[in-house]
Amino acid sequence: MFVLEKRPSPSQFWTYATPVLAVILTMIAGGAMFALLGKDPFIAIRTIFWDPLFGEFAFYLRGQLLVKAGPLILIAVGLSLGFRAGIWNIGAEGQYIIGAIFGAGVGLAVFPTETRWIFPVMIVAGAFGGWLWAMIPAILKTRFNTNEILVSLMLVYVAQTILSKAATGFLRNPQGMGFPGSRNFSTYPAARNVELIQESGMHWGVVAAFIAVIAAYVLLQRHMLGFQIKLAGQAPRAARFAGVQPTRLVVLCMGISGALAGLAGMFEVSGPAGQISIDFASGYGFTAIIVAFLGRLNPLGILLAGLVMALTYVGGEMASTNLNLPSAAIQAFQGMLLFFLLAVDLLSNYRIRLLNGRAV
Amino acid sequence: MTTELLRIDGVTKAYPGVVANSDVSFAISKGEIHALLGENGAGKSTLVKMIYGLVKPDSGSMALHGQPYAPARPSAARNSGVAMVFQHFSLFEALNVAENVALGMENPPPMRTLAEKISAVSTEYGLPLDPTRRVGDLSAGERQRVEIVRCLLQDPKLLIMDEPTSVLTPQEVDILFQTLRQLSAEGTAILYISHKLEEIRALCDEATILRRGKVVGTCTPRDVSARDMAEMMVGAVLTPPARSARKDWGDAHAALEVTGLSAASPIPFGTSLKDITFSVQRGEVLGIAGVAGNGQDELLLALSGELRSAPEMVKCFGSPIGDTPPNARRALGFVAAPEDRLGHAAAPDMSLVENAFLSGAVRKTLTRNGFIDWSKTKRWAEEVVAQYDVRTPGTWVAARALSGGNLQKFLIGRELSQAPEVVIINQPTWGVDAAAAAFIRQEILDRAQDGAAVVVISQDLDDLLEVSDRFAALNEGRLTPARPTEGLTVDEIGLMMGGAHGMEVAHHG
Repeated sequence: MFVLEKRPSPSQFWTYATPVLAVILTMIAGGAMFALLGKDPFIAIRTIFWDPLFGEFAFYLRGQLLVKAGPLILIAVGLSLGFRAGIWNIGAEGQYIIGAIFGAGVGLAVFPTETRWIFPVMIVAGAFGGWLWAMIPAILKTRFNTNEILVSLMLVYVAQTILSKAATGFLRNPQGMGFPGSRNFSTYPAARNVELIQESGMHWGVVAAFIAVIAAYVLLQRHMLGFQIKLAGQAPRAARFAGVQPTRLVVLCMGISGALAGLAGMFEVSGPAGQISIDFASGYGFTAIIVAFLGRLNPLGILLAGLVMALTYVGGEMASTNLNLPSAAIQAFQGMLLFFLLAVDLLSNYRIRLLNGRAV
Repeated sequence: MTTELLRIDGVTKAYPGVVANSDVSFAISKGEIHALLGENGAGKSTLVKMIYGLVKPDSGSMALHGQPYAPARPSAARNSGVAMVFQHFSLFEALNVAENVALGMENPPPMRTLAEKISAVSTEYGLPLDPTRRVGDLSAGERQRVEIVRCLLQDPKLLIMDEPTSVLTPQEVDILFQTLRQLSAEGTAILYISHKLEEIRALCDEATILRRGKVVGTCTPRDVSARDMAEMMVGAVLTPPARSARKDWGDAHAALEVTGLSAASPIPFGTSLKDITFSVQRGEVLGIAGVAGNGQDELLLALSGELRSAPEMVKCFGSPIGDTPPNARRALGFVAAPEDRLGHAAAPDMSLVENAFLSGAVRKTLTRNGFIDWSKTKRWAEEVVAQYDVRTPGTWVAARALSGGNLQKFLIGRELSQAPEVVIINQPTWGVDAAAAAFIRQEILDRAQDGAAVVVISQDLDDLLEVSDRFAALNEGRLTPARPTEGLTVDEIGLMMGGAHGMEVAHHG
């Protein structure tokens, strides 16, 4: 038998060790699941975690890693600020879609003008679109005290409806012979989010993700607003005592996370995805929630977590094609990661004491 | 009367890094009122938790009625006839009295029978209680009666009371004492934990004094002066706070002027403020007494800026500030120390440095263009730690890792070292030891001497009588007119605080 004992201060060691432990536990439990499915667990785990980095097709897959990690990190960094303050924006997926539509819309509106101002204006438009979509739950919360979790989540489905309308209607390629989907940005150099280094997967969205990581790190460590965000999340009454205005914080955090999600959508549509299509939304906005928690809501942690998550995506796809694993198994595998992360999180604030034994 | 009920023999309990009790021995006879006296952190709580089965001793033994006694859990202690009234009540505000009592019982009888029992016990001991009233509507004194009646229903042989008078008016204290004396006369032993020496002298037959986990003395309180007991408890000679003559600052306006302040409470089951009027000059200390839950928290919120009112209701040197937020008031020289340390005055999981920044950012100019100057904040936090004798391994530790008294010293120090113009403190010495309390009171007087207007809200009359120039009391959200403290009698103070809240004197049936 054992009891849980609250630590006087959160353990520094376990704060950093729990994500690693969670990944290891996921490998064990996931391996067991793959074994039950009749696959060799070692090959499956190797296909997911090793082959994309060092295997036969690594030259291609490594690039895919950054392509997948970029939007995840960009969105997760924004979400983490709100999550730290206890503001739960669950609708990043919707903000991502609206950002993509705004960004692509600006680009497509001026097609085929060639000037170097187009891409920067698209960036601003994408961020604005995401911000605007996030302002709906933010203002409803501050004015009418609605629940931002529900409203932001519901708006994802609204955004998806708008997306299919855009793909089949107002943004449809006039020269697309009636097929749904907008013009492809790969045929429009001025508005294109180019790959900066050949085969690296590095595009402007990845650059933006790195900038966001650094900016969020500085904000949280050094800036008054970062302090207020942390305080509001940990001790709301102390935050009011310290002069934090909760409504201002809600608007700011929702705005930042929405704008970053919108940016991610815009970079995606003008780069890797290439066009507005019905199936443009690929769940980055939801996966980023896992990434944010996997990274312990810490910008540097999110950077690593985004890369790990991208690895399970890229590796998971490999595993499902090479080993014939059902894609549901891969999703379950990713779910395990979040589950174990939240479970072992306990260790940073509690210690396990075996009865008649010493503390661990 | 000399039959022994409980004997504690060489009990030791250590926690990581601290020995809470070391070789503690004492005995309680049947019907004896025994005081357990000691500063905060002296080990009183650990000791009674062991008697009540919440904590297991590392070594040593206990005996009840001469039989070995080692309760594994509180229910075992209750079955052996040991009951306890905690300092913090464990009652559900949304339920009525009888329901609350039933929740604490293993096999509660039907509600109607229970209600009859409650009425019977409460009238027998002069603790009138209506079993059908909702606890959320009761005063603190009445809530304590619920806890006491809950214990009495178990017909205890030993009743442990942890700081029971901290929520009572003087009149209510008198009535409680009569109830306790009646219980004692019927053969129930009472273990009475307190640091209020005059109460112990009035009530208790024997006293055991603890210091740093060890028994440092026993005495018969009636034969010893309060001062001698205090010095035994602290292990040092105490000096009462010194105050010098007040300077006349010749201001046209009071530093803090509150006029007709009314505000709805933002706290569930809170008390709304009703038409509060007072003013405080520079160099003056206004003491505000009152039993817990009569609007103290709300008054602090309204003065700190967390609860806004109409602009004219609160004025600082004549300019209206009732609608300004906390940091705008800090810029004018306001500092505030709320009662609730963890969660309101401080963020539990943040370090002392971060907690120093929490309220000191404005007055200590700890930011530049919105960026935090952590090294400056850290230096200041270290100054506060050194100056206010905060015992901590460093300023990096989380606020919740500090003991209550140490954290209070830090938080009071944080506010008072900001060169304030207006100081508002709720419960300045709550949970701190006698030496630290004396120090905090002296610091409050020194700030007043430096020209600050000070409002001290407290349930501890000793606090108020020692520091305040004028005295007022909060009762159900209303404030009595302030009167000069000098010459006030305890009876008058009690009546200002709302008298006995309808309590009757115990009449034995």
